[in-house]
Amino acid sequence: MGNEEAVFFSRILTELTLSFHIIYATIGVGIPLMIMIAQWVGIKKQDEHYILLARRWTRGFVITVAVGVVTGTAIGLQLSLLWPNFMVLAGNVIALPLFMETFAFFFEAIFLGIYLYTWDRFENQRKHLLLLIPVAVGASFSAVFITIVNAFMNAPQGFDLAGGQLVNVSPIVAMFNPAMPTKVAHVLVTAYMTSAFVLAAVGAFRILKGSNHPYHKKALFLTMKIGLIFSITSAVIGDFSGKYLAKYQPEKLAAAEWHFETEEGAPLILYGVLENGEVKYALKIPFALSILAHSAPNAEVIGLDQFPGDEVPPLYIHYLFDVMVTIGMWMTLLSLVYLVGTWKKWRFTASRWFHWLIVLGGPLSVLAIEAGWWLDEVGRQPWILRGIMRTKEAATTSGQVDLMLLLFAGLYLILGIGSIVVLMRMFRKNTVEQELSDRAAERSGEVL
Amino acid sequence: MNLEIIGITVLGMFLFGYIIIASIDFGAGFFNAYSTVRGKQHILTKIIQRYLSPVWEVTNVFLVFFFVGMVGFFPKTAYYYGTVLLVPASIAIILLAIRGSYYAFTTYGGLKHKRYVVLYGLSGLLIPASLSIVLTISEGGFVTIEDSGPVLDYWVLFTSPLSWSIVVLSLTAVLYISAVFLTWYAHQAKDEAATNLMRKYALIWAAPAIIAAAGIIVELRIHNPEHYQRLIDLWWLFALSVAFFIGTVYFVWKRHSYWLAFWLLIGQFSLAFLAYGISHYPYLLYPYLSIYDSFTNETMATALIIAFIAGLGLLLPSLYLLLKLFLFNKEYVQGKRNDHV
Repeated sequence: MGNEEAVFFSRILTELTLSFHIIYATIGVGIPLMIMIAQWVGIKKQDEHYILLARRWTRGFVITVAVGVVTGTAIGLQLSLLWPNFMVLAGNVIALPLFMETFAFFFEAIFLGIYLYTWDRFENQRKHLLLLIPVAVGASFSAVFITIVNAFMNAPQGFDLAGGQLVNVSPIVAMFNPAMPTKVAHVLVTAYMTSAFVLAAVGAFRILKGSNHPYHKKALFLTMKIGLIFSITSAVIGDFSGKYLAKYQPEKLAAAEWHFETEEGAPLILYGVLENGEVKYALKIPFALSILAHSAPNAEVIGLDQFPGDEVPPLYIHYLFDVMVTIGMWMTLLSLVYLVGTWKKWRFTASRWFHWLIVLGGPLSVLAIEAGWWLDEVGRQPWILRGIMRTKEAATTSGQVDLMLLLFAGLYLILGIGSIVVLMRMFRKNTVEQELSDRAAERSGEVL
Repeated sequence: MNLEIIGITVLGMFLFGYIIIASIDFGAGFFNAYSTVRGKQHILTKIIQRYLSPVWEVTNVFLVFFFVGMVGFFPKTAYYYGTVLLVPASIAIILLAIRGSYYAFTTYGGLKHKRYVVLYGLSGLLIPASLSIVLTISEGGFVTIEDSGPVLDYWVLFTSPLSWSIVVLSLTAVLYISAVFLTWYAHQAKDEAATNLMRKYALIWAAPAIIAAAGIIVELRIHNPEHYQRLIDLWWLFALSVAFFIGTVYFVWKRHSYWLAFWLLIGQFSLAFLAYGISHYPYLLYPYLSIYDSFTNETMATALIIAFIAGLGLLLPSLYLLLKLFLFNKEYVQGKRNDHV
């Protein structure tokens, strides 16, 4: 196998692992916060429904965490197995946040173990809630540290290259690179947003399946509220990300927006097709790209004409951008309409088709996460470390990557199907109505 | 003491931690599967689930810590080991995935299946076998440097008596460590039947473990005389280790102070591990890579050590809390409390 093949299969395998892992990782970062909010509301309002909500979410959460641990270990090792040359360089400059991530996860894993096995152990429920804080903090900080490494790949700094040797290394400067603030914020907030909408989809689905219990309505209303807050935040941070790209990675922005010629007052192009280098059937929003890039309608935006052909990312990332932004806007609108509608008692937000839209919003949000990460990774090509190391120079020279790809594809298939089957079984066998009456019986037993 | 030594000591601690707690985990899974196949699962399953379920993710993190720290302190290992370990490490990941998904799907998810229990038990033996290849490779003679980069010679690896002795040691050690620990744990849980069964296993696996360890020293004499000589120079550490081993077997045999038996076992393995580590110095991969030529820059090393100390400050109290709640809490260990979500 020539090395071109090794590069190709390494890219496919990394893409596969990351695409699979990011589903579990996103849920893993977002859900602890949701559980925390539900349990807090439950304690505040002395409402058994919210406590049970936290409890049932936790049960599902541990399954996704367990699978996430597995896929996370896989990607952690695959970085060294598939990209050894990159990891030698990265190890020298950006190993610190990688190392700290393991601490954050360690912290999370310990307290998750404790939290899981101490329900009902405390007289004061607030003490049990306290145990969840390290879980949520650990989960979010894992995301922060890993995203810092990714930010470094987009905007490397904190070292000098002198004759192929790394000198003047500063791990802290490398961590606080220009890509870091927007990227970290974007990853965190969209993880919360996606988790909220995935949980909302579950609640809406139960209502559609005939459960009229107020439990599900409370769950749906709470998660849609949280989802709206974080989707608005995501949009604001997305705008900052555009400004970051315009300044530090203009080729990524230009490729994502099909912005070929450097010009002032640039329009934002959504969708469309490319025919012989010309954009057709697209939706053009005048001045919007200049506003996104520089907050001024007449600002100049650098186009792809400023870059040599072998440094331009694949142009299909335009569609990834479109998908991500469209879903983000759609979910903001959907949750806003739902909340206003519920408040004003509109008929159609209580209708079946509207609930189906909310159900659809769960998978759509996950798709937006995937599109966002593909945009980030493919948009950085041909670089693995922008401006320093090309992806093809970083890959392994091993000849067995194609075989490993098949092996891991099989593994992810089994894990994916397994987690869906187990989650569905778990909640179907033990319905909310059943559990609420069981717990009530248990409590009256205690009183007697 | 220089930064390189501090770095490798930190990594050694995590590796040792992983070896011990993962051995308990792997061995427990195997004993569980074995007794399930023989139709005696009721004796062990409860004990094992009560101990393993809250801590398995923590076990896994020790491994992640080790390899992330390795690339951090010694980035060049990513190039050498990363390239040659693609296949063995991938297989280990798949096996670890089987274990992780067992917890996800059966313990948390309620999916019970005999075949899964067996698969889970077997993975516990195959993981140490596949991970132990790393130790074998580090002795040199299996990796050559070609124009394209380092290449692992699988034929030499699989026909070498050294690699098989190390595999045998890893398996027997896993079963022995696990059996001694679970004897103590079952005794604490006041589970007479389980204690007796685990005690029997501990005594059965004691001799094979120590013989396999001695066998490796003999193999090394031919395979890597330099390392062998350095091992022999440290004979007194090994002698002490054997004394601890005898102590463990004595107490288990006498059904006395199981806790002491376990701590003597920790002493035995930590001394042997220490002697092995010192004699391996300064090589990470004979003869290509030493801890000096693969070391990261000074600023990164300092930053990592500071992060490590700060992290420990956070982790040790939390680990203590975890152990206090599940390992040393009588009510929990004896199954009087569950409180699971």
